[in-house]
Amino acid sequence: MQILNRVPKSVKIKEIIVENDMVKTFVVDFSLGARPGQFVMLWIPRLDEKPISVAMDNGSEMHFTVAAVGPFSNAMHELSVGDFVGVRGPFGTEFECDEGAHIALLAGGYGAAPLYFFAHEAVKKGAKVEFIVGARSADLVLYEERISALDCATVHVSTDDGSKGHHGYNTQVLQELLDAGGIEAVYAVGPEIMMLKGAEAAEAAGAKAFVSVERYMKCGFGVCGNCVVDGTGDPVCLKGPVMPWEEVKKIEDFGKYHRDEFGKKHNF
Amino acid sequence: MADLSVEFLGVKFENPLVLASGILGITGDGMARVIEHGAGGVTTKSLWAKEHKGHPNPTMMGNEHWFINAVGIPDAGPEKAAEELARYRAKTDAPMIFNIVGGMMEGFGEIAEKVAGMGPKIVELNISCPNVKDEFGKPMACSISKSAEVTRLVRSKLDEGGAADAKLVVKLSPNVENIVTIADSVIEAGADGICAINTLGPGMVIDIETAQPVLHNKFGGISGHMLKLLSVALVYQIRAKHKDLPIIGTGGISTGRDAIEMMMAGASLIGMGTAVHFRGPEVFGKVAKEMNDWCDENGVEKITDIIGKVHANT
Repeated sequence: MQILNRVPKSVKIKEIIVENDMVKTFVVDFSLGARPGQFVMLWIPRLDEKPISVAMDNGSEMHFTVAAVGPFSNAMHELSVGDFVGVRGPFGTEFECDEGAHIALLAGGYGAAPLYFFAHEAVKKGAKVEFIVGARSADLVLYEERISALDCATVHVSTDDGSKGHHGYNTQVLQELLDAGGIEAVYAVGPEIMMLKGAEAAEAAGAKAFVSVERYMKCGFGVCGNCVVDGTGDPVCLKGPVMPWEEVKKIEDFGKYHRDEFGKKHNF
Repeated sequence: MADLSVEFLGVKFENPLVLASGILGITGDGMARVIEHGAGGVTTKSLWAKEHKGHPNPTMMGNEHWFINAVGIPDAGPEKAAEELARYRAKTDAPMIFNIVGGMMEGFGEIAEKVAGMGPKIVELNISCPNVKDEFGKPMACSISKSAEVTRLVRSKLDEGGAADAKLVVKLSPNVENIVTIADSVIEAGADGICAINTLGPGMVIDIETAQPVLHNKFGGISGHMLKLLSVALVYQIRAKHKDLPIIGTGGISTGRDAIEMMMAGASLIGMGTAVHFRGPEVFGKVAKEMNDWCDENGVEKITDIIGKVHANT
């Protein structure tokens, strides 16, 4: 039986990798045995605690890739090697694929981090990985070198401004790959509308699709009710974040709205 | 198959297990899902007359022994509550208990007025939250006079607002010298039933690596298995004084045996919250099955036959 421990553990930051102007990866000498697609709660004392997807857990160390977009993530960016950060988890469902499958990973922005972790594990199972990384511009493309270094993984870059790779949406690149045939499953992490488009394209091409649903979370373990979605009434932290497309389609708010800390709705 | 149904303050519950306030109760669909998981009814999160902000995270945590929370009762206000109620009603007929809270005295009156218009059958008055002390001072459930005053005020606002038929349950705090005197006072003031108990403490967790309190609010209400020892004792004491009082027994209940024990102490309904941490949202159906199995093994045909049973032996 799994030991029930949902109390943060403070661990020292061992290394900080600067990915670009907005994004850093924090490495801690600590493992929770997290699987690709799962998330943890990161805690900075007296500030806040937020859900962050796991960018790597190799059994001895964990990586968290964090974009500075709000008060919490900006504070994360102020931390130095040797500083403590609180970690609890891992929570939620994981990405999985069949042995030797031909799969496409659709990453928008920071979605590249958890999908890199998945690609890292998928190639061990003999999967052939088409990794589509989308970003606003060339300087914001994440994880490209690390993905290229994986055997059997091909990187496809797309940028909104055309400064690198395909000029336009990463979903257009996905469509070309699906049209070429052979893709068995699509895995999407990024903006919700991108995931919606990617999953619809996969379905139309007869491929399976899995998306990582993001909702406001407090506890991470199905008690607080903040991440409960309309339609199913289930908390995303337990049933997700990784969910098969046929389950996501039952979520009434997917692609339409999400809720804030009060439970109020906000349209995408 | 035992008959697990309970009539509580004139409302029929398919089984005595209700979702306690503050857990999974933010959306109508979320609460309807709790019914699908096997609960006999639900209690909303505490509703405020106006939008109320809770505490930053961390707000709750626990392990296999204990749980602690200081969420700070966030709520979007009555407009959203009405919308969520409609969604809940569209999905299930199972009873919903409207839990209300108010900060200062007039806030309780305002929300009672608002909730009166939503057609409540049972209103649960939360005067015992230990986690908003910095904002509003000591909970009213800690004062004989204030607990009575707020009960009278809410009763009159419900009556004036067209909800004279609604029954009023007051949720009490264990953090008092004598819970029975508080129960006496709210019953005298018009409460139809009691919910006992809210969380204990408040308690505290310190992260020893950083020497920092872990809860953002520093302190939080304690719940979990060991709270049952206290909740059973306090429900027993209240019932001993008020023979046929409808009581919602809450605190540390997470198995069928726990629930049976609480009913024998005098509870007609069982509130479960932290049980979701221990056993997941499916806990309601699991506990209902365990209660049924126990009843079958012990020749109990109607669950209501065991309510307050221990009092015959004491």
